[in-house]
Amino acid sequence: MTTLGILLVLVLLLVVFGLLFRLQILTSIFSGSSTREVGVSNRVNAILFIIFLVVGGAAFAWSFADNYDKMNPPIASVHGHATERMFWTTMIILGIVFTLTQVLLFVYSYKYQHKEGRRAFFFPHNNKIEVIWTLIPAIVMAGLVFAGWKEWTRITGPAPKDAVVVEVMGKQFNWLVRYPGRDQKLGVVNYRLIDATNEFGFDLSDQNGIDDFVAPEIHVPKGHPVLLKIRSRDVLHAVYMPHFRVQMYAVPGMPTKFWFTPTMTTDEMRAQTGNPKFTYELACNQICGRGHFAMKLNIVVDEPDDYVAWFAQQKSFSEQNPDVLASFKQKSDKLVEKETTPAAAAVVPATAKASL
Amino acid sequence: MAANLPTQAQVQGGAGVTEPGISHDEHAHHDEHHEQSFLQKYVFSTDHKVIAKQFLITGIIWAIIGGTLSSLFRLQLGWPESTFEWLSPFLGKWIEAGKLNPEFYLALVTMHGTIMVFFVLTAGLSGTFSNFLIPLQIGARDMASGFMNMLSYWFFFASSVVMFVSLFLETGPASAGWTIYPPLSALPQAIPGSGAGQTFWLVSMALFIVSQLLGGVNYITTVINLRTQGMSMSKLPLTIWAFFLTAILGLLSFPVLFSAALLLIFDRSFGTSFFLSDIYIAGQALPNTGGSPILFQHLFWFLGHPEVYIVIMPAMGMVSEILATNARKPIFGYRAMIGSLLGISLLSFIVWAHHMFVTGMNPFLGSVFMFLTLIIAVPSAVKTFNWLATLWRGNIRFTSAMLFSIGFVSLFIAGGLTGIVLGNAALDIQMHNTYFVVAHFHLVMGSSAFFGLFAGVYHWFPKMFGRMLDEKLGYVHFWLTFLGVYLVFLPMHYVGIAGFPRRYYAWTGFDSFSQFADLNKFISAAAIIAFFAQFVFIFNFFYSIFRGRRATENPWNSTTLEWTTPVVPGHGNWPGAIPAVHRWPYDYSKPGAAEDFIPQHIPYSQTQSSNLPYEKEME
Repeated sequence: MTTLGILLVLVLLLVVFGLLFRLQILTSIFSGSSTREVGVSNRVNAILFIIFLVVGGAAFAWSFADNYDKMNPPIASVHGHATERMFWTTMIILGIVFTLTQVLLFVYSYKYQHKEGRRAFFFPHNNKIEVIWTLIPAIVMAGLVFAGWKEWTRITGPAPKDAVVVEVMGKQFNWLVRYPGRDQKLGVVNYRLIDATNEFGFDLSDQNGIDDFVAPEIHVPKGHPVLLKIRSRDVLHAVYMPHFRVQMYAVPGMPTKFWFTPTMTTDEMRAQTGNPKFTYELACNQICGRGHFAMKLNIVVDEPDDYVAWFAQQKSFSEQNPDVLASFKQKSDKLVEKETTPAAAAVVPATAKASL
Repeated sequence: MAANLPTQAQVQGGAGVTEPGISHDEHAHHDEHHEQSFLQKYVFSTDHKVIAKQFLITGIIWAIIGGTLSSLFRLQLGWPESTFEWLSPFLGKWIEAGKLNPEFYLALVTMHGTIMVFFVLTAGLSGTFSNFLIPLQIGARDMASGFMNMLSYWFFFASSVVMFVSLFLETGPASAGWTIYPPLSALPQAIPGSGAGQTFWLVSMALFIVSQLLGGVNYITTVINLRTQGMSMSKLPLTIWAFFLTAILGLLSFPVLFSAALLLIFDRSFGTSFFLSDIYIAGQALPNTGGSPILFQHLFWFLGHPEVYIVIMPAMGMVSEILATNARKPIFGYRAMIGSLLGISLLSFIVWAHHMFVTGMNPFLGSVFMFLTLIIAVPSAVKTFNWLATLWRGNIRFTSAMLFSIGFVSLFIAGGLTGIVLGNAALDIQMHNTYFVVAHFHLVMGSSAFFGLFAGVYHWFPKMFGRMLDEKLGYVHFWLTFLGVYLVFLPMHYVGIAGFPRRYYAWTGFDSFSQFADLNKFISAAAIIAFFAQFVFIFNFFYSIFRGRRATENPWNSTTLEWTTPVVPGHGNWPGAIPAVHRWPYDYSKPGAAEDFIPQHIPYSQTQSSNLPYEKEME
């Protein structure tokens, strides 16, 4: 019934609009304005452009200022500070160009609106000013490119040798995390070995993988370079960590990587933001299916000591899943050369320890 | 102008060699004495003007569909906690317990993108105006091959039918994003839309590419061979330059998309591994190894990037034309405008990988593409300055077309500038795939191209249908749309800077993204209102076809050749001889001239009072 009522109202509204429209046409014919080439509406539009510029510009400025605080996710990595500076420097340059060109556009529109008897200025070209306004953007661009290129090379350059290594693997629809054990070497994984228990596809015939452990979230130490190794086991995903200004695709069949240095622990960030529940989050940023929007992983940045303690508590995958290990042992005789060392031993990676 | 046709008998076009062998008189004869059947005249027509209208009306229908889809997903984004039970009569099983199905949400964004980019802004915009304007503005009877032109439309139609049908499939339409990145698009196990829906998508796109290639070859041939006498390349209106270069871009890049689609079809159906490797999905390890999903992205963006210029260049051309006409001033820097179009066309082929900075591609490649990408900003900047200079000291008439052209420049600046952020690889790390990108391209190629399209329709409607669109409704349409576009896409930048990922069904699961609920509501409301404002235009369009004010031959006092044809040009465009061309298309407000415009076909001998020194010798 209500639907019918709404439809009826809509139809009536349309009829009213239709009638108004006809009426407007008829009045304009009677008043003669329909035959005039340039009428009052020309002036109205010119004024509207100025109103749009002033009111719109003010509204834009206000809303920008109003949202500015919410806009910037707090920064927690070394390169994040550098790119953030570059971002806002670029935005300021763009803001100046934006303001200048928009003001000129609307002011010209208003100022040079049609006037009876005036003739436009015949001005087909002027090589000098054209060269100038080709060169200026070219120079500005060159500056921006150069700055960007330097920063990009630094960010994507090789990770420091002593970086803490963490591997994340994307799957529909969550993230798996793997750490190399105390030997600092990630073991071989093979997608054909994946099953419900061996989600990563550990190939435990590889000695390097015996002490690897998996974790439900990422832990990294503050102030220490972290090399994130990234895999996917089904479709494309992307590791996106907005607070660290980190983003890299997870590609099936092609491991990728990204390294960064966290600068603030989770606790420090909680204190700084005044939000006791603050958590660093890793989001999937490449469309991957039904659960794409909920593919979240928490990241904890610890003080170096806490990180060492956390690392020491972890149990290796092989230790937690003796069945899996046993199945590899059966498969290969060669494997039994060296007995697995308990990964729970409170020994931290030698390299990490040295620099922490 | 009374003297629309020159007295000299310049019947044949400039490059007489390929001018259709059948003489024009025969055409006219045919037209007068053999009334064409309805089917020949309006359906399987080989007349470029009818084909243009077919493209336009199909494009309008697609735009309504594409807009409706976006309103649906904006409802979800604006009011993630609400129930949408009231939509279930339309969406059926895609509403589950009052909630939009998340997979259907992805289908909505995928189809919105596909429809808007290809079916509306490529076919609807370039298809309409390339067809309509090329023969009329260069002084040709029709396209080089009317038959191919007809095929071009009907391939587009077939492609449309396939894509439309895919909306109603049991498993839903394609849902892997409009960029259809494999493996998601290759594996129905990954998302149901990658089953039949994706197959339909690929078939539809293959037909679409055929349509584009048939059209493109035709446009290029026509522009090169069928120009009327005197119409040298340096006297072409900027519209034609834009259509010409657009057609070349399409011809060179669409086949690459075709190859990508073909390889994807092989991967999906015939067990190859071009794009698939090391995949464990739905409890099963697939046999494919050695393929690269990144290879697909390279192939896709090799089309995908020129594609955005395919969308925007025709709009640039038309806006240049409309700005000059209504400012009553020559376009500033005609040669620089052509040069920048050429520059953009060349560069557009070597910037594609800026879509891929963070895909794991070699960072050195990223550096190279960053350099090339930021260079392309220079010709774009030159164009903008030239448009501004065209308005300077003009005598501006605000027709609806002029309003949309000014709106175009404003949106092009707003959206183009943020491209400088995204083209910088170091900054793209944070901004990639966020709403900052969405806001950027919706302004610079979505909304601007739409504004170009609207400007074109308002401007050339009188030549298409012999009647005028209602100006008042045009003003209402413009102001609502202009305001709406800014209200939607400016705040979207804020959301993007905060790092909101695109294609998220909801952000509520993340603390980082859960602020801005109000802003999202605001954006959604503005988007839906702006969408409904388009019905003002649709009403105006269809009403005016039948009941609009009757047009005159040259209602805007314009200089180009199409305005020398009868109010509604018939088959063959000019009843008599094709006018020859003597001057460039922008002689507006020339000092010493009697009127404030001198059409292209007026010889210098008739305008002695206004001739410039170097033009004297051409008298």
